Amino acid sequence: MSPDATGPGASTPHDASAPETLADLTAHELADRFADGSATAVAATEAALERITATDERLHAFLTVTADQALADARRVDERRGRGERLGPLAGVPLALKDVLVTKGIRTTAGSRILEEFVPPYDATVVGRLREHGIVILGKTNLDEFAMGSSTENSGYGPTRNPWDTTRVPGGSSGGSAAAVAAGQAPLGIGTDTGGSIRQPAALCGIVGVKPTYGLVSRYGLIAFASSLDQVGPLARDVRDAANLLEAIAGHDPMDSTSIPDAPTDVTSRLTDGIDGLRVGVVKELFLEGTEPGVLARVREGLERLERLGARLEECSLPSFEYALSAYYLIAPAECSSNLARYDGVRWGLRAKDSADVVDMMQRTRQAGFGAEVKRRIMLGTYALSAGYYDAYYGQAQKVRTLVRRELEAAYERFDLLVGPTAPTVAFPIGEKADDPLAMYLNDVFTIPVNLAGNAAISVPAGLADGLPVGLQLIAPALGEATMFRAAWAFEQDLGLPTRPVGPVAGEADPATTAEEVRP
Amino acid sequence: MTAVVAEEAGTRRYETVIGIETHCELGTATKMFCACPTVFGADPNTQVCPVCLGEPGSLPVANGRAVELAARIGLALHCRIAERSQFHRKNYFYPDMPKNYQISQYDEPLCVGGWLDVDVEGEVRRIGVTRVHLEEDTGKSLHVGATGRIHGADYSLVDYNRAGIPLVEIVSEPDLRTADEARAYAEELRAVLLALGVSDAKLEEGSMRFDVNVSIRPVGHAEYGTKIELKNLNSLRSLHRAVAYEAERQRRVLAEGGKLVQETRHWDEGAGRTEPMRSKEFATDYRYFPEPDLVPIEATSSWVEGVAADLPELPAGRRARLAEATGLPAKEVAWLARDPEVLAYFEAVASGRDPKVAAGWVMGELQRNLREFDRTMASNPVGPERLGQLLDLLSAGTVSATAAKDVLAEMFSSEAAPATIVERKGLAQISDSGELEAVVARVVAANPDLADKFRGGKRGVLGAMVGQVMRETRGRANPKLVSDLLERAIGG
Repeated sequence: MSPDATGPGASTPHDASAPETLADLTAHELADRFADGSATAVAATEAALERITATDERLHAFLTVTADQALADARRVDERRGRGERLGPLAGVPLALKDVLVTKGIRTTAGSRILEEFVPPYDATVVGRLREHGIVILGKTNLDEFAMGSSTENSGYGPTRNPWDTTRVPGGSSGGSAAAVAAGQAPLGIGTDTGGSIRQPAALCGIVGVKPTYGLVSRYGLIAFASSLDQVGPLARDVRDAANLLEAIAGHDPMDSTSIPDAPTDVTSRLTDGIDGLRVGVVKELFLEGTEPGVLARVREGLERLERLGARLEECSLPSFEYALSAYYLIAPAECSSNLARYDGVRWGLRAKDSADVVDMMQRTRQAGFGAEVKRRIMLGTYALSAGYYDAYYGQAQKVRTLVRRELEAAYERFDLLVGPTAPTVAFPIGEKADDPLAMYLNDVFTIPVNLAGNAAISVPAGLADGLPVGLQLIAPALGEATMFRAAWAFEQDLGLPTRPVGPVAGEADPATTAEEVRP
Repeated sequence: MTAVVAEEAGTRRYETVIGIETHCELGTATKMFCACPTVFGADPNTQVCPVCLGEPGSLPVANGRAVELAARIGLALHCRIAERSQFHRKNYFYPDMPKNYQISQYDEPLCVGGWLDVDVEGEVRRIGVTRVHLEEDTGKSLHVGATGRIHGADYSLVDYNRAGIPLVEIVSEPDLRTADEARAYAEELRAVLLALGVSDAKLEEGSMRFDVNVSIRPVGHAEYGTKIELKNLNSLRSLHRAVAYEAERQRRVLAEGGKLVQETRHWDEGAGRTEPMRSKEFATDYRYFPEPDLVPIEATSSWVEGVAADLPELPAGRRARLAEATGLPAKEVAWLARDPEVLAYFEAVASGRDPKVAAGWVMGELQRNLREFDRTMASNPVGPERLGQLLDLLSAGTVSATAAKDVLAEMFSSEAAPATIVERKGLAQISDSGELEAVVARVVAANPDLADKFRGGKRGVLGAMVGQVMRETRGRANPKLVSDLLERAIGG
């Protein structure tokens, strides 16, 4: 009965039946309509807001919707267009922004209760760039607290649901933005990726997600989880939209000293050139035992497709990948233990009342404000950095990181791109891994090496398994985005999956219903 | 056997081992990691931004000027500038630290392995400099309540204006042995910093601060004793007193059969003693790790050469040059060269004049008047040209030394030229023998006994008679001439 029996191209849970609205279009389709005058930014924004109203009670993708400001911003774009101003390709297109990028005057929670009342005094650099491009920010999307998680269940504000099956997780930590884009609440989303937090939810929600090269997009104004791994990137329903959005936000920022000066930001001019002769390495270590058979099947079909398109595939082994997950779970918690020290109740955010003294106040604030996973990682990280343990843990992890980077560098001498699955599973039921941190961590096993090396990667839809989306991951060397997008575009065009949003539809049953009940 | 050991412990000779960590605010226009101004004394929390407040999402960017100034210090202290150095995070919770970590340097500092020559009572001691590194300052807490310290306060206020101001930490080797040496090192280091123009190095405003490690060990022992860190040393005087007190305290503890524990002690200037600090006021494990928000500092050799080429004259070189040029004794040279402002003043006054006379006036009368009129060299109303003019009047014999002192005092409250003051107050020296002869005759007549003594060979009594003539002329008589006239009058 499940539609995946037919493999790639299977129909989505709700298609055809509902009349198409502007919310169903991709960004470049919207841009075409803006250009020929058949749609306005205001109309597109209204359609997106209506979709949010109709579906978000179930999905819970948004933590804050800034409808008035979005409409005002859209109106300004329409006025500029009306005056004949030349605008960028994404001007007037609505976007869902992960609530871990600070927005001046708009509450920014990082998914944590400790920042429930936090209103930042400044805009993240990425937010400024979005505004400069006339992109309309609809609001702030849900995430695992401080971006720590792979299911969005660690949010302090309740989980987001996967639009393909609302009993399942959308992945995480950028689950809110991924679900919003998949459900047509917005054609574009911004996420952040520390260990897979854009690619994995993109895979689980059947959309495109990009982790850019470390340093290509400014981190200024991104509430830090693990500074040496965090990177901001686009989510979209097709490759072209993702590429356009990356071009809009990429580029050097003097406010971020890890941002790369003079990085090439053109990733679209050769997008459609094809991949004939491209050398692609099939990473043996990314086809781990325990990966779901349905996922493996879709990815293997994907490899054949790439070959048919002219790419030269060859297996390649990167043995250090085996240790990447362990290294990541020392480095990321170590950095987070320090990055999250500032949430102490002294300056902003939550402050515990009636404390005996300042130490008591800090302790009780952190006790009350942080969730279990955040506390777990702070403790792990504090331990890993402690005197007497530093060399054995943090120091050792850094060595593994160097190994991963070197192995990848060596691989790029033979290959233009590397390929594998994005995640070992399709979207899993809410609650399934919530009490098993290790099982949850393993969901990022294929994405983490890329963050350790600072490379770029994209997850592109590869079809369905058991009616749920599977993502194919293409990995590129630092600043290899243009080639990566070119391959992803060729793959996507050839596969020809629909780019229309998926359910739920307005009036659908309440969140407590079972999978069977909500499936069409 | 036991008895002998005990006796030895009681009478044992110990030496003091001292190392100094100096924190110094760099005189940059903006903070270490953001563009906020660094002006001292602004209203609380007016010189802050998302970066120095540690707002979520904000990132530091290293101040290139601060790196350059730190490298200047390193080069002046004969350090090697590391080709690659790195910032680390020093993690501990404290309300005046916005991020609850301090960005500092740890095992890859900018400058390593130098030295500073220190003159202690005419003997030069070479003190090793372990390292010079960059870091950011913290905010400032004001604890409101009975104690004035965080424990027992009713509430606390925090001013973050100082948070993020660039600091260098200069760490000496444990090469210092006495309180005098410790003070001499601190003084010389301050002179170097002032000469480099990298900091105003004001102890009273806290832009230069010292943490001193003191331990004692039996003379001849290679291992160090238990290290005690002293804090709250806000002047060279308290540094000296605290070190002397602490060394003596440690000797006393050991002599009484006690044990020393490694700890941080607070210097109480009023009580004149050190006291243990509450252990909660400092953490022990800072969990240092490389600051991932900042790229390492790459110091190319050409950049280092550029900084080195730009170094001004340092106190040691300045002293050598001054001694050579003036022939002044070492002590006076050291005094004049200590402060670039004083030195520049002295050099202007001494230019074309007798350096000994100039030094005498700059060090003596000028300083006395500055104290009397509550002025500093910076607010000195008597410019070097005016003091020079006065010395010219003196050397030309227009005024006596005594009268010149009165003129200088007058110059502190008048902008008139010295010559004008001399004229107005009738202080010109009487060098006309005709004018003085009558006075001389009167004094000789009034003191027949002294005149007899002089004639009898006691030439020393002449001084008393010169003094009387000077008094009668209100200091205006030329003493040399008076002396000659007296001799002639008595000797007949």
